[in-house]
Amino acid sequence: MSADVGLTGLGTGAGLDAGAGLDAGAGLDPPYDYAAYRSTTLRAPKRPLLPMPGGETERQGPLFGAAGVDPSDHDLTLSPGGSPIGERIIITGRVTGATGRPVRHQLVEIWQANAAGRYHHPVDNHDAPLDPNFTGAGRCLTDDDGRYRFVTIKPGEYPWANHRNAWRPAHVHFSVFGTSFTERLVTQMYFPGDPLLALDPMYQAVRDRRAAELLIATFDLATTVEHWALGYVFNIVLGGRRPTPGDEPVGG
Amino acid sequence: MAVATGTRHLTPTPSQTAGPFVSIGTEWDAGGRLVPETAKGAISIVGCVLDGAGSPVTDAMLEFWQADPAGQFPSGPAGSRFGGSRFGGSRFGASPSGRSPSGGSPSGGSPSGRSPSGGSPSEGSPSGGSWTGFARALTDEQGRYRLVTLKPGPVPGAGGQPQAPHIDVSIFARGLLQRLVTRIYFPDEEALNATDPVLSSLGDAGLASRLVASGEADSPSLRFDIRLQGDQETVFFAPWCA
Repeated sequence: MSADVGLTGLGTGAGLDAGAGLDAGAGLDPPYDYAAYRSTTLRAPKRPLLPMPGGETERQGPLFGAAGVDPSDHDLTLSPGGSPIGERIIITGRVTGATGRPVRHQLVEIWQANAAGRYHHPVDNHDAPLDPNFTGAGRCLTDDDGRYRFVTIKPGEYPWANHRNAWRPAHVHFSVFGTSFTERLVTQMYFPGDPLLALDPMYQAVRDRRAAELLIATFDLATTVEHWALGYVFNIVLGGRRPTPGDEPVGG
Repeated sequence: MAVATGTRHLTPTPSQTAGPFVSIGTEWDAGGRLVPETAKGAISIVGCVLDGAGSPVTDAMLEFWQADPAGQFPSGPAGSRFGGSRFGGSRFGASPSGRSPSGGSPSGGSPSGRSPSGGSPSEGSPSGGSWTGFARALTDEQGRYRLVTLKPGPVPGAGGQPQAPHIDVSIFARGLLQRLVTRIYFPDEEALNATDPVLSSLGDAGLASRLVASGEADSPSLRFDIRLQGDQETVFFAPWCA
């Protein structure tokens, strides 16, 4: 259908030129209506989207102070019962705006399947073992430089019902808050070299290859801790917001 | 393309769906309350999220973002919404497997105090206290959500033109490759709604009325259903800035 339409329904609607100015930084997101991902069929809106209102509500955004985020919340391998099964990994990166401005002291949340490809969730009926020592949820705040860091285990691939013999590539769900309502992002991080990426409708829904590759973490020896855990870097750039005069230029 | 002088324009990380298991990562903070039920002036907004077949969307996560009754937003990181030990029931607490996938059942929510923090902004300026302007709710087995909040005041719009009181809503779910964004307006604000620049820009009273919550019979609650498709499809905004 509209599988190659980067922006769904951003035409004219309701007597309003909804298409005007809706390109910058937004055309790289996947469309709502993407037939290859079956669940979009009954959930993608059919009417044109209207432009985001440009008011104070959209310029501001929720703030997350340090009080209440436990420093250990970033480590998904901590469990009273012992270590979870799987390959321990470190995932770190920077959250920035499109100009490189660090997003400081904001909340980053992740959730993922366990090493066997099973979520700690009643709706997941995949025939793979649960791990009593792994819930797959973590969170932290970014530091002064917009950096976050998680310790977790590498999630397993798992089958899903989208099409015949469908398998999701290994991935970690990320939820990130920027500095304004418009910067809010939920996405998924993938692992380099995963052969399932070429077959995955969610990943493939990002039509721009270069943009899609931003979803793939980079293996990083400097992040890797000797005799302990492989390290991956996943930087997150939040669009959804025009650079403002307050944004600091990025050198270099 | 959009390179401003002296700045580098980085390619934004694309969105991906939150998927059916979004509650794992968010239920710790999905109590659906900006204020306690008993806070002075507390109102509730209830509704269902429905798909194109009219079936309930049982795996959605909604986020609400709004001004306080004075039309102000929290400023500075002091607006932490996480008072105290918020980790009580999550990784180190009760087994998550015993938890309903829809932790934010309209009647449920988290009584543990982890969600929209203890302090009630019932008096004085809500912005001065623990008011955060932000809450989340998960839909339940019937696709229902419930939000407890204070009614926001009018806020400045583009060019300083006032906007009628409203709540911005983000919808995340399986099948949504990006979030959806809509607004909830209030039925008792006819005058301000009539001059609201966003509602007016729709150029269609019928469409505008879909953004206004309705009264619930025999209940002080307001109702705002979210229809992803159909002839009463909710009015959605692009989730990015023009």
